[in-house]
Amino acid sequence: MLEFMQQLVNGLSLGAIYALIALGYTMVYGIIMLINFAHGDIMMVGAYVGFFSISILGSNIVVAMIFAMVSCALLGVVIEKVAYKPLRNSTRIAALITAIGVSLFLEYITLYFLTAQQRVYPDSAFPLHKYEVLGLVISNKDIFIIVSAVILMIILQYIIKRTKTGKAMRAVSLDREAAMLMGISVDRIVSVTFAIGSALAAAAGVMIGLYYNAINPLMGIIPGLKAFVAAVLGGIGLIPGAMVGGFLMGVLETLVSGYGSSMYRDAVAFGVLILILLIKPTGLFGKNTGEKV
Amino acid sequence: MEDKRRRWGKFLLEVIVLAALFTVVQYLIATGLLNRYYQINLTLMGINIILAVSLNLINGFTGQLSLGHAGFMAIGAFASVIMTTLLGYPFMIGILAGMLAAAVAGFIIGVPTLRLKGDYLAIATLGFGEIIRVVLQNIDYIGGPAGISGISKMTTWPVLFIATVITIVVIVNMINSSYGRAIISVREDEIAAEIMGVNTTKYKVLAFVVGAGFAGLAGALYAHYFYIIKPETFNFLKSFDILVMVVLGGLGSTTGAVIAAAFITALNVVLQEYAAVRMIIYALILIIVMIYRPQGLLGNKELTRRSFDKIWSGRHVSSANK
Amino acid sequence: MSRLQINNLSKSFGGLSAVLNFDFNVGKQELVGLIGPNGAGKTTVFNLITGVYKPDQGTICLEDKDITGLHPYDICKKGIARTFQNIRLFNDLTVLDNVKVALHTDVPYSLTTAVLRLPTFFKGEEQISRQALDYLKIFDLDKKKDEIASNLPYGEQRRLEIARALATRPSLLILDEPAAGMNPNETQELMKLINWIKEEFHLSILLIEHDMSLVMGVCERIYVLDYGQIIAEGTPQEIRNNKRVIEAYLGEEVE
Repeated sequence: MLEFMQQLVNGLSLGAIYALIALGYTMVYGIIMLINFAHGDIMMVGAYVGFFSISILGSNIVVAMIFAMVSCALLGVVIEKVAYKPLRNSTRIAALITAIGVSLFLEYITLYFLTAQQRVYPDSAFPLHKYEVLGLVISNKDIFIIVSAVILMIILQYIIKRTKTGKAMRAVSLDREAAMLMGISVDRIVSVTFAIGSALAAAAGVMIGLYYNAINPLMGIIPGLKAFVAAVLGGIGLIPGAMVGGFLMGVLETLVSGYGSSMYRDAVAFGVLILILLIKPTGLFGKNTGEKV
Repeated sequence: MEDKRRRWGKFLLEVIVLAALFTVVQYLIATGLLNRYYQINLTLMGINIILAVSLNLINGFTGQLSLGHAGFMAIGAFASVIMTTLLGYPFMIGILAGMLAAAVAGFIIGVPTLRLKGDYLAIATLGFGEIIRVVLQNIDYIGGPAGISGISKMTTWPVLFIATVITIVVIVNMINSSYGRAIISVREDEIAAEIMGVNTTKYKVLAFVVGAGFAGLAGALYAHYFYIIKPETFNFLKSFDILVMVVLGGLGSTTGAVIAAAFITALNVVLQEYAAVRMIIYALILIIVMIYRPQGLLGNKELTRRSFDKIWSGRHVSSANK
Repeated sequence: MSRLQINNLSKSFGGLSAVLNFDFNVGKQELVGLIGPNGAGKTTVFNLITGVYKPDQGTICLEDKDITGLHPYDICKKGIARTFQNIRLFNDLTVLDNVKVALHTDVPYSLTTAVLRLPTFFKGEEQISRQALDYLKIFDLDKKKDEIASNLPYGEQRRLEIARALATRPSLLILDEPAAGMNPNETQELMKLINWIKEEFHLSILLIEHDMSLVMGVCERIYVLDYGQIIAEGTPQEIRNNKRVIEAYLGEEVE
C-alpha cells in the first residue's frame, strides 16, 4: 500500500507536466480544430531556453521558466502565422501534415545547431532535497513542479473565465463565424491561444528538464504524444479534461513502470489512446455530436 | 476491336520498356559499372517505391491518413526473417509470409481504427505503429531491441525489380477498376458513397490490408539486403519518411509516388553526411507543399504517355483515373 | 400495398425532437411531396429513411420488408436512392465515373480478375461504361462525360446527382430540393424529366421542394411537416385550402 502511494506521488509531478502540455493541445484544438503536432517540440525549445538562461545567464529557476515561457509564446505565434494560418481553410489532413512538418523542423533545426548531445540541467539551479512525510519520500523538485503547475492552471482558469480575451476565446471555440460577426478578431484570438498554449508547454519543458535532468532535441516527441493522449482522454477541446487527463496519464505511466516493464511504458500511452478512441472518441468529459448531412 | 488492338499495343510497349530497363541495369551490375554503393541505393529506391505506392493507396486514393506504415514494414521484415534465417525456408516463402503477416496485422488494426476519421485515425495509426515496434522489441525470440543479424542477402536486382513492378501493377489495376472507383469515392465523399451503395468500411479495410501487405513486402526485401534488422529502424520517423514521398508526389497519384520515392532516395544519397539537414529539408517539403500545393506535385493526376507525347514515363493509367 | 411505409418514426437530437411520431407512406409509382417551413425536419426524415441517422423508435418498411436501422449501403441495395440538398458529387471524378461508382453494386468481375486484367474485366468495364452512358444520355450529360464533376455548372451538377442516384436502380427515388438554384425554365424541364423517369423506370418518387407552385403542380399527394410532426396530408388542392398549413407558413392570424 505504501509503495502504491509512493508511485502515486511520483506520478503526480509527471502528471502535472503532462497536464500543462495537454492544455496547449486542447486549447489549440478547441479554437482551430488542429492537432498541433509541433506542440511537444515547443516544449523542447522551452527546455533549452530554460537551460541556457540558467547555465549562461545564471538566472534562477523561476526567472528561467518565465524567460522560456515568453520566448515560446513568441515562437508559438510565429509558427501559427507562418505555417498554420495559410491553411486555415484547407482540409484538416493538410493542416496535420503541415504540423508534422513543423515538428520535424523544430527538432532537426535544434539538432543542427545544438547537436544531439544531451545537456544536463545544472544541479546548482535547484539543489535536491528529499523529505519524508508519513513514510512517503517526496522531493522539493516534485513539490516545485506540482505547485507551479497548479499556479499556472489557476492563472489560466482566471484568464479564460474572467477576462474579456478569455470570453472571446470561448466564443471562437463555440462558433468561429458567429464570433467574427460579433466583432471578435479571430486572428488575434488564435494568436493569443497559441501564445498561452506555447507558454504552458515551455514551463512544462523547464519542469521536464528538472524532472529528468537531461534534455535533447528529440525530447519533445514522446512527452508530446503522451500529453496529446491525455488531452484526448479528457476530451479534446475541454480544458478541465486536459488537466484531469494529464494527471491520469502521469500516474498510469509511473504505475506501469513501477509494477510492469518500463519498456512497455510508452506503449501503454498509445494503448490508452486507441482504447479511448474506439470506446468514447469524445473523451471522458466529451459530449457526442453527430455529423451534419 | 480498335480498343483491343490499342490495349495490346500499350501492353507490349510497356513490356518492352520494362524489359529494356531491367536488362540495362542487370548489365551494369554484371559488368561492375554500377558499384556496390549505387546498388545499395538502387535497392533502397525500389523498396521506397513499394512503400510510397502502397501508402498512397491508403492515404492518397482512400483518403485515410495512416501514419503507421513503418509498423507493417517491420512485421513483414521480421516475419520473413523468421521463416528464412530462423526456420530455414526459401526466400519466396519468407516474402509471402512477410506479406501475409503484414496484411493480417493490417486487417486486425484496420477493422477497429478505420471507423475513426481524419486526424484521429492518423494518431491512432501512429499509435499502432509504435505499439508494433515496442511489442517486437519485447519478443526475445527475435532478439528483443537488438533484433536479428546474420540475414543472408537474397534481395537481388531481379527480385527487387519484379517485386516493384508487381506492386505497381497490382495497385494501378486495382485503382482502375470498379473496386478502385469505390475506394476513391470514399475519399471524395464518404456519406455520398454509402448512399450510392458503397460499403465504405469494407473498402477502407481492403485498401488498408493491401497497402499493409505491400509494406510487408518492402520489409521482407529490406531485411534480406541489409544483414541486420532492429525494431527501432521502423519507428514513426520511418513512417514520416514515406509520408513525405506520398505528399510530395501527390496524394492519389501513383506515378507521383514513384517519382517522389526515387527523388527522395536520391536526395538521401546526396545528403547522407548531413542527417539533420536532410530532415530539415523533409520538414520544409511537408510545410511548403501543403501551403502552396496541397495536392502535391502531380496532384491526383498521372503522368502518362500522352503527357510526354511519345516518351514513355510511368505506367499508363487509363481515363478512369484522368 | 405501398412501396414505402413508415410507422411512428421519432428522432431527437440532444433532447430536441426533430421528428415525432411520423406516419407516412408512398405508393407504387406515386410522386409524393414533403413540404414544411425551414427546420421542420424534412431532411432529417430523408436521413432516417436512407440510414444516415438511426431512428430512436418506429419502423421503416420498403415493399413490406423492414429496413429500419440498416446501413445506408444496404438500404441502397434494397432500392432507395437519393440526392442531397447541398449537392454531394464525387467532385474530383469525371462525370462518367460518378455514375460508374453507383453501378458498382453488381460488378461483373472479381477483384482478382481486375488485377490480372483478364478478358472478363474488359468486357465488364465496357458494359459498365455503356450503362453509365445510358443514364447520362437521359439527363443530356453524355457529351460532358469526361469533364470533372466539380467543373459542371450548377444545374448540370443537380442533374448528374439524379443520374447517379438513378444508376443504383432504385424503386424509390428521394430528391432533396432538386430544383434549388434553378431558373423557372430549368425547373420546368426538370419536372418534366422527373415525371418521365418515374414512368420509364416505374419509380416511386419522394421530394422536398421549396418552390410551392412546383410542388402543387407535380405531386399527386403532399405531406406537410411542422416541428417534426405531420400537420396535414392530401392532394395539392386539399393542402392549398388547409387552415393549419396556412398558419404554419404565414403564422397565426390575429383575432
